[in-house]
Parts: sequence; structure tokens; C-alpha cells
Amino acid sequence: MNLHEYQAKELMKSFGAKIQEGIMAESVDAAVEAAKKLTADTGTSWHVVKAQVHAGGRGKAGGVKLAKNLDEVREKAGEILGMTITNRQTGPKGKLVRKVLIAQDVYYPGESETKEFYISILLDRNTGRNVFIYSTEGGMDIEEVAESTPHLVHKEFIDPHLGLQGYQLRKMAFNLGLSGAAFKDMTKFIQAIYNTYIKSDCSMVEINPCLKTSDNQIIAVDGKISLDGNSLFRHKDLAEMRDVMEEDPTEVEAGEAGLNYVQLDGNVGCMVNGAGLAMATMDMIKLSGGEPANFLDVGGTADAERVEKAFRIILRDEKVKAILVNIFGGIVRCDRVAQGIVDAYNSIGEIPVPLIVRLQGTNAKEAKELIDKSGLKVTPVILLKEAAEAVNKVLA
Amino acid sequence: MSVLVNKNSRIIVQGFTGKEGTFHAEQMIAYGTNVVGGVTPGKGGTKHLDRPVFNTVADAVKEVGADTSIIFVPPAFAADAIMEAADAGIKVIITITEGIPVQDMVKAKAFIDQRDVRMIGPNCPGVITADEAKVGIMPGFVFKKGNIGIVSKSGTLTYEAADQVVKAGLGITTAIGIGGDPIIGTTTKEAVELLMNDPETEGIVMIGEIGGNLEADAARWIKDNATKPVVGFIAGQTAPEGRTMGHAGAIVGGADDTAAAKMKIMAECGIHVVESPADIGEMMAKVLA
Repeated sequence: MNLHEYQAKELMKSFGAKIQEGIMAESVDAAVEAAKKLTADTGTSWHVVKAQVHAGGRGKAGGVKLAKNLDEVREKAGEILGMTITNRQTGPKGKLVRKVLIAQDVYYPGESETKEFYISILLDRNTGRNVFIYSTEGGMDIEEVAESTPHLVHKEFIDPHLGLQGYQLRKMAFNLGLSGAAFKDMTKFIQAIYNTYIKSDCSMVEINPCLKTSDNQIIAVDGKISLDGNSLFRHKDLAEMRDVMEEDPTEVEAGEAGLNYVQLDGNVGCMVNGAGLAMATMDMIKLSGGEPANFLDVGGTADAERVEKAFRIILRDEKVKAILVNIFGGIVRCDRVAQGIVDAYNSIGEIPVPLIVRLQGTNAKEAKELIDKSGLKVTPVILLKEAAEAVNKVLA
Repeated sequence: MSVLVNKNSRIIVQGFTGKEGTFHAEQMIAYGTNVVGGVTPGKGGTKHLDRPVFNTVADAVKEVGADTSIIFVPPAFAADAIMEAADAGIKVIITITEGIPVQDMVKAKAFIDQRDVRMIGPNCPGVITADEAKVGIMPGFVFKKGNIGIVSKSGTLTYEAADQVVKAGLGITTAIGIGGDPIIGTTTKEAVELLMNDPETEGIVMIGEIGGNLEADAARWIKDNATKPVVGFIAGQTAPEGRTMGHAGAIVGGADDTAAAKMKIMAECGIHVVESPADIGEMMAKVLA
């Protein structure tokens, strides 16, 4: 589960990290009020208006703008609220901006030069350990930095028994070229980020940029946090931060019905049990001359109600020209899934596209009889290879 | 010979008296698996499915000589159950539970890495040695006895592969579902190595999916050490970047963990890679002919 920037920064702050202060607003008027309050609280005269969407690349897309007075706050907030940000991370549909963060200006002049860093912490799958990734090259795409100047990207692995140690904090702050007050502040900042990550069960915390201000404070200017969905049962407060408006409405609906669904762009819908077989079925659709319209895992306890819901969701997509049902019955009994298909057919009425059904494994024979008796027209197949051929044929 | 579990394994079920544990323990017993008891804290001293229930894994090890455990404990308590089993001296831990918090697994993995124990999973279908022991949730009848080993991240895709292998006139020695989580006890490479060293296994099916680099690591090991043919498939050739596809670990993060990249390196390392999941069985029959 992803958090917005304003939520991520507030969470870091609650663990003791200094942040670029800000107030979230959902309208232009609220944005102006936020700016006034922020000036009263922090003394900032300029403000930064930042689009709050679950995607990076907001700056380049025009979603982050500087306002030098309240009129400009009104103007920029008006421009950003309601705009659609479209880039590689948002997908072709883009993301509508519904919220802005009005933030203080932290690049004020002072005794020393400002400097931007990159800091993140996440799980390293190879070692099963948490790892800090950090760099002196902040404010840029870290993957590009790693590509062009790999020696400027550092890693610090955390011992799972002991957690983050003092020497590691010092090493990281020294590697970032800091000294004096900024050095000390950086060790505190990294410790706070570590505590945020561990105590909130994050799967990633990324600060880019992390800023050394002209008066030698270390603060988070941006913040990105993903939470481990498996741990939300013990973080009710964090679970409430979920913004379903940022998610695909169909995927949200499917999730509520216990279906694991990802919308894709193709012409063949599919309904499968098990994530691996679902991906494999999508691949087979492609090799048969089609394009998968979705990923859909009906799960290990697929019942009639769930199967009907799955059908309705797939059929809503007008691009779908055929549906392939691929169930390998194990614990899931094929006859139960077949009953779901028949029930769905009875309640939806005519299924307007060709339906290829492959039910294999436990009670496959009973399943076939159920479908044969129902009057539902399907192309029944037994082997996966036959399913592929059937897809090819109906698309031809 | 066989790998990980056989008819002599002394198996206990952690989460024995729960709904999942009861259902699958019944199925395992019906298959002929040597289930010697189970653990449910607070129900020690009672009987369930005609077998003794213990309060702790340590009691089960002491009283009935348990050496293998299958875990059906709910996600919030599963990492703790893994550590309990490892600490009690269990040698093979098979964790079925899906949805264990990642940071719990960071700790559990570090704990078991220091002990003489092998863990399979979590978030896996388990391990089956045909006609000997079914220590998992797979449909036993699919896995007819033969000479092919299977290593897979996925449940139903493992059944599919086994079914194809059997229909191609072959059969299964042991099938190992390693699990689809970001942190797992046994990697693809380690599972392949177990089967490579099993004299009864003559060919190996290796099934992976997008995300991580377990398959690439296994492929490089196979290139230098293979003594039998390996047929490979990677699910998720059509998966979009940055989206989790059902399994928590199935996500394309960069150029190296796409299906195409994995299939390329597997082919370069001498694995017989099939593009379509429908061709796994036939390819195995072909390379063994």
C-alpha cells in the first residue's frame, strides 16, 4: 500500500525526522489558507505547491511549482488541482490530481551551500536483509545515477539480529561528505528513517531529495513510503491512510470480492486459480495471437458468488472478445467452479463473447456434466495446448 | 531415494486443530503420509485425527520423534512457529501460510540460517514425494510416481506441470513448491541441487516467474553442475512493469527480472526453455528420448 508524500512525511516526523513542513489541501481556497498558516507557523514567505498523486516524476510533469506570494499560491494551486499527470509510472490513463501539498520553502540562503542527497531503505531479496541505499547525488533518478556513476551509490546492510548500529550511522554520514552539525543531524535523521521503516512495517522508505539546508539541518523534502500489505493487521492507523481514489476502481471492487485482479489492455479475458497459472495463462493467450485483458486469480476457495463477480468484471471491459477460464482443480473442486459459471450465466443471461472453458483436476468430469446440462455454449477443452488452439481459433 | 520427505519422515502439523490444518492433515493422512501428531498451544494431551496433540514442538520432538513439520499457523504467528520448529530440532520445515509480514520473515530467516534446518516456503504448496509422502496442499492424484523432479514458485502451475509430465508418459519423484514470497527458506538453486543429487531423478522441471533473480542464480549453477536435463518455464511474460501479480514477490522491478531476461539467461545456461506453459511435458519427454 502506497502513501502520499504528505502522509509519508508526517509519519517520518512522528519518528523524529525533520521534514519540509506542509499542509495538504483539496481546494484552491484551502490551499491559500494552508499557505497563510504555514507562514505563521514556520515564517516561510515563499511556498511550494506539490501535486499529491501516487506516482513519481511529478516535477517534470508540471505538478510541482514555486509560489512567491498568496496570489501565486492561488494561481498555481488552481493549475495543479484537476490536472492529469501522465508518465511511465502512471500508465497511459494518467493520474488526476485531487490534492496538493502546500510546503515551506527550504532552499533559503544562509551560512553554507544547500546540498541534496538520496536515501532509501528496503528489503534486499538476495540476502533477506534490510539495506540502506544512499548517494550524494540527490534529486535525480537514482537508477540513472546507478547506471552512469555506480561508485556514487552506496549500500549499507542491516544485521537482522542487531538492527542498525552507531558505526553504520557514522559511516553513512561520512560517506555523504558531511561534518559538524550537519553530520550529527544526518545520523539522527537516518536513525529516524530506520525507526519509521521498521516500526511501521514499510516495504520501502525513500527520501529524494534529502536536503542539507543552508543552516546545516537535514530534512526530508520529498518522501515516498510503501507499506507491507501483509502487516496492516497490526497497523490499523496506517491502514486508514489508504487512498482508494488513487487505485483502479475495478481493482478495488475485485479486491473487496476476494479476487486478485489487475486490469490490462488486451482482448482476451481470463479467469484462473492461482497466481502462477494465471500469469502462465496470460502468456499463452499472447502466444496464441491474443492479448490478455486482465490478470485474475479467483483464489483457493473459488465459490459460485466469486466466479459470478469475476465474470461481471471481465465482461464490463468492451475490448474483451473472448474469455478463457482455466481452472486446475486441486483443493478447489472443478464442479464448484462450474456451478459458479452456470450460476453466472443464469443471472447475467447471454454471455456475449465466446467462452473457452478448461476445467482439469479434481471433479473435472462432474464439472463438464454440469456445464453440458446448463445449455451454456462453451468451447470445452481439456489440455492447456487445446485451450491455446481454441483462443487462436475464436480470434481468427 | 527421494528428496526432503519420504515414507519414513516423522511429520507433525503446526496449527493442527485449526480449520486449514485439520482439512489438509486429513488429506495428507489419506495419501498415506506418516503424520505422527500435531501442535496447538493449549491443547496438549488431547487427540486429534487419532493422533496426539502437543503444546510445543519440543514436546512433539521428544515424545514422537518428529523430524519434519508443516505449518498452517495464521500469518500473524507463523514466523514465531517457524522459529519454534527450528529451535526444537526439526530438520525440514514446510511453511504453507500465505501473507506473513516481511519483517517477521527477515527475523525468522536469520534465526533458521544459524541452525541445521531446511525450510521450504512460506506461501507455497508444499512438497510431495510420489507414493510416499504428501506434505502440502497439492492434489496427490496428479503426481504419479516416476523419474522427474519439479521445482516451482507456484501452486497450480506445479500441478499443471506434473499433469503434463504424467500425460507425456513420465512421472514424478519429488515436487518442491518453493513459494512466491520475497523471503523464502530454500531458493530455486538449492531445490534444483537437491534433485540433481537424487539418483532416482532423471530430469528436472524448473518453473519460475517474474521478480527477483532466483532463476538466474539457478541457471548459472546448472550450467556448471548439471548432470541431467532441465526444462524451464517463466510465468509473466505479459505482466506489466511495477505491478504485483498475485504473489508478493512477483513484480518486475528492473530489466533483469523480466520473464524475457530470465528466459534468455536460462537458455544460455543450457536449460530447455519453453515459451508456452502448454509445452512443459512434451519438452521433457523430448529431451529424455
